[in-house]
Formats: sequence, C-alpha cells, structure tokens
Amino acid sequence: MNSRIRVVIAKPGLDGHDRGAKVIARALRDAGMEVIYTGLRQTPEQIVTAALQEDADVIGLSILSGAHMHICPRIVELLREQHLDDVRVVVGGIIPDADVPKLNALGITGVFQPGTPMQEIVEFIRVQVRGDAVAKVE
Amino acid sequence: MGLIVAAGSRRCNQQDYNDRMAAMDAVYTRESLDGLDVAHTSPPPGQFPYTRGLRPDGYHGKLWTMRQFAGFGTPEDTNRRYRALLAAGGTGLSVAFDLPTLMGRDPDHPLALGEVGRCGVSVVSLADMEALFEGIDLATVSTSMTINSPAPMLLAMYLAVAERQGVPWTALRGTIQNDILKEFIAQKEFIYPPGPSMRLVTDIVAFCTDAVPKWNTISISGYHIREAGATAAQELAFTLRDGIEYVQHAVDAGLQVDRFAPRLSFFFNAHNDLLEEVAKYRAARRIWAHVMRERFGARDPRSWQLRFHAQTAGVSLTAQQPWNNVVRTAVQALAAVLGGAQSLHTNALDEALALPTEPAALLALRTQQILAHETGVADVVDPLGGSYCIERLTADLEREAHRHFDAIDAMGGMVAAIEAGYPQREIAETAYRDQQAVEAGARTIVGVNAFADPGHEPVNTLYIDAASEQAQRAGLDRLRRERDGARVEATLAALKSAAIGRENTMPPLLDAVRAYATVGEMCDALREVWGEYEEVPII
Repeated sequence: MNSRIRVVIAKPGLDGHDRGAKVIARALRDAGMEVIYTGLRQTPEQIVTAALQEDADVIGLSILSGAHMHICPRIVELLREQHLDDVRVVVGGIIPDADVPKLNALGITGVFQPGTPMQEIVEFIRVQVRGDAVAKVE
Repeated sequence: MGLIVAAGSRRCNQQDYNDRMAAMDAVYTRESLDGLDVAHTSPPPGQFPYTRGLRPDGYHGKLWTMRQFAGFGTPEDTNRRYRALLAAGGTGLSVAFDLPTLMGRDPDHPLALGEVGRCGVSVVSLADMEALFEGIDLATVSTSMTINSPAPMLLAMYLAVAERQGVPWTALRGTIQNDILKEFIAQKEFIYPPGPSMRLVTDIVAFCTDAVPKWNTISISGYHIREAGATAAQELAFTLRDGIEYVQHAVDAGLQVDRFAPRLSFFFNAHNDLLEEVAKYRAARRIWAHVMRERFGARDPRSWQLRFHAQTAGVSLTAQQPWNNVVRTAVQALAAVLGGAQSLHTNALDEALALPTEPAALLALRTQQILAHETGVADVVDPLGGSYCIERLTADLEREAHRHFDAIDAMGGMVAAIEAGYPQREIAETAYRDQQAVEAGARTIVGVNAFADPGHEPVNTLYIDAASEQAQRAGLDRLRRERDGARVEATLAALKSAAIGRENTMPPLLDAVRAYATVGEMCDALREVWGEYEEVPII
C-alpha cells in the first residue's frame, strides 16, 4: 500500500505532438507517482515490454492522431498474452465521443478527452489502483 | 470538465499567472514610452526596420493570401477539397500530409498502421502527387507544403508534376516548410540527426535559389513552438533564432546572403491575446531587419523584410461548446491582419475533435473574407502603430527575444542549444505552468473551466474510414509491380552516393521521383547513410 503507483506514459504511433504526454507525466509525478515516459513513436510491443519491465500499475497512452482504434486493441491483446491483465490502460487525446464506449468495452478503463483537468486523471488513477488494491486485501 | 470557476478579475488573476513575460499595465500613457525612440524604431510602413509593415500601402495593393491548410484520405479525396476551396474564393493551396508521409514511411510500414490518410493526405509517389494536383494549374496557383524531414522528396515531386504540366520551374510560386529545427524543438517529426537534417535544408535553399527562384525555401515556423506551450516571447525568440541558424548554415555552405535570404519566409501563431500578438508580429519584422542587415551584412532590402504566414491557434480550440471556436478564430485572425500578415489560415470550429468537415472549413474561410471585405481593418496600414501600449509591448518583446538570442549564442547556436535541451525545457516549463493556471482558474477558458455546459451539443465531424489506407496500400502494390524496378534501384543508389558525398541531393532525388520511387524508399536510402535521430525526452 505504501509503494508508489507506477505509471508508464507512452506515445504510440508516428505522431510527435507530446505536449499532453509530458504535462500529464509531470502532473502524475508531482502527485507522488513513479512515472516512466517512453518517449516518441513506440510500437504496442515496445509499450507492453516497458510495462512489464517497469512493473507498471498503469499504462497511459497519449494519442492525438485518430489511430486509437487501431493501437488500443493491440495493446490490450498483448497485455493478455503477457498475463498482465491487472495493468490498467488509460488513454488521453483526441477521442471522439462515439469511440469512448468502444474503448471501454475493450477494457480501457479511463478515456480522457480534450479539456480534462490533470487532477481528474490523477484521482482516477489513484482510485483505480488503490481502490482495487484495497479490495484484494479484503 | 466539472471544474466550474466563476470568472474573477483578470487583472488580479494575472498576478499569479505568469504566462506572459510581463503583466500588462492597466493603462498606457506617454510615460510608458520613456526610453523609446518610437519615430526611429517605428517609422512609416515600408521603411527600415519595417516595424509597421513591409509596404507603404499595406493591403491596398494586395490583400493577404487566404490559404486554408487541408489534406485527408487519398490524393483524390483531397483534390476534391482543393477544388472546392479554390471555387469558394480561396487564393492559395496548403497541403497537409498524413503522418506516414511526414515521417517518411510507406503505407505498408508497421508504424503506419491506422495512420494512412488520417491527419492529412497520403502521398506515396509521384503518381499520388499528380492525382493531388489533377486539374489545378501550377502556373497560377501558389502552393504551400507542410513537410519537413522529407521536404526534398515532396518538393521534387511537385517539380516533377510541373514538368508534366509543362509549367517551367521559374514560374512556380509557393512555399515548402523545410524547417527542421522547430521539429527538434517542438513538433518532433524528425528523421535524421541534426547535422544531416540541416544539410538537407541547405540543399533545398541552394537548389531553389538557382532553379526555382520564386519559391519560398523555408517557412521558419513559430506556430508549432507556440502550440507546444511557448509564450509569445518564446515563440518569437526561438523562431527568429532558428532563422539565424539557417542563414548561418547557408552562408557557411558558400551561398551569398542576398541571393537566398529574400526567399525565406516565416510562419507564426495567431493566439488569443490580441494586443500581444499584434506587437509580436511588429517586433518580428523589426528584429529580422536588423539581424539581416547588421549580423549578416545583407544589402538587398528584400533580405531585410520578414514576410509571414499566420495560422490561428489550434491549441486554443475547445472540444466543449465547439461553436465558441468560431469567435476565438475570428479574433485571432484579426490579430494577424492588424499585424500585417501576408498569408493566413483560419482554423475550423470542429478541429479540437477531428479534421474539419467541408462546411466547417468553408466557414473558416468566410471568417477571413468578412474580415477582409466588411470590417475595414484592411484599409489602414498598422492601425495600432503609435499606440502607447502596442509600441511598449513591441519593444518589450524585442528585448526579450534578444535575451534568448544571447543565451543561445552563448551555447554555440541553435543546434547546440537543442542538443542541450534548452528550448525544449523552456517550452515544457511554460506548458505545465499554463495547465496549472487553467486548473487553478487563473486562466479562464470559456466552456471548459468557466461557463461550462454539462450537456454539450455535439457537432458532426469528419470521419476517415479505413478505405483510404487500403486504397493507398493497394496503389503501392500496383506501383511496385508496374514501374521499372531496376531504374528505381539505380536512382536510389545515386541518391545514397550523393548523401555520402557533398553533392546537392535535389538532382538525384528528382531522378528517383521521376522513376516513381516512394517517399519511404527515398527516406530509407538516406536512413542507411545517416541513421535516425532519437531524442532524450525533457519533461
């Protein structure tokens, strides 16, 4: 319970617009989490490998290019193959309303659209990770 | 969302919101200009250092070019949008390429998955460039192409299309962005390390100076620097310092400054703070004129004159209450016009959500037409010139830019500063502070952290289906079967040997393009020679 929440922040795909990824990485770090930022242009395989090596509780994806419906399913699939089903995946970026339920159905627990306050994301991750951890202890 | 803050006094909030380099005074008077010699620094328009504009008659001689950035799906899809924009009174074209094209990857590359035609048009080979400009006369239209790492490849394709249309290169007018430094600083669409990247930039400058003399060889861009989080002062400083770096590299390569400098152009953001933005454009012209005359010894007045395109601030658009974006864009566009922009793009109201639909893109163009033809702001040159406030802000921004120039010069130039992470760190810092200011309510965004409306009304957005990706992959397969493979191999080999040596890469690229080599193949050939750049991220 006392160990810090570990988050891998990743930029999949070819897009280089990293303002959001870097701002949220810093906000999570300032909120006391251990943040690993993968840098740009990561394949789903690289992201899942990073999550495994870093013993991540959460993967945070920043996708602005519209490729989320191609990238997210692949990451979820790879996590299952690696038996990392307990790693939460959240995604932020330009995600149309219509895609939010589809991403939720895939098991992406948090989808953050433009204008979401950092604090809301911090709280969401805390509840997801700590909330579940409490449930397991019980 | 859900964070609703009452709008307080902006003046008070400004105290803890440190986005601007200096808080604004509540009123400006004659005393605000103490220490400034405005008659000397801001002479009438058309006079050095052009603070008040390049032309004595401003927009009376020629309105700004209404140039709407557009591209999506296949070349055929985008060609239809271009024809619609030209038919609606647009006066220039501006090509948005998709991410695989921007990153020099063919549509069948693993990293291209889901990205083909999505954020721009997919252009794989000369065949696609021909389709993109089908029925558009390159002798009469001026075309801007937003492409950086693969700029030489795409420029070569445009030149080859002109050959096929029978249009001489000397008649071509347009701009290639070709600004790699701001990619390392802000937008991060780089392929090669800084050294060879700068060589490609200089190759285009050298080639066009002789062969395509009306072409703008670099669009030195602050837009992306601002979008990444920079303040107006940082945008101004880093952009102009990038310009200095390009001029220095070209001079070092043996080019005579007055031969190439007149074809350098600039690209700035048009953000929300109207007065500061107007001052920024005025300061930019003044600084550049002095830099070119005094630092580089340029003697042709055209070398001193900073011409710029402006685009309204994408980052200011909100997904919430998207109709509000029409108003933001109109005010931002007004800043660009009051600041004397030569060319302008206005964003569409739905661009926080997706690429614009055609009606949204048309409304954005109409916004410019209303400014130009109904408001009267184009009738008076630099109408805010002489204002205590504007002249003070212009001087303050100029001073701040020089402070950054000194810091960057001390590091050994912009490439060295980028390698040391200086501009990246400055921008990351302001981006984070800005987000904190929004969440603390110190900066108000209508519809987001104030005046929020929980049940927002959705707007229709453009949907790009997977058909474009399939079509582009199928087209690539067909191209590879039908073209002369041996000729492609030979031209790529010649390109590599030019890259290994010191010969200009444009002629061998033109040969490869004429042989229908793909963007991915040409970029890969240079990857084999130069490798790829990997940045150390700075948070």
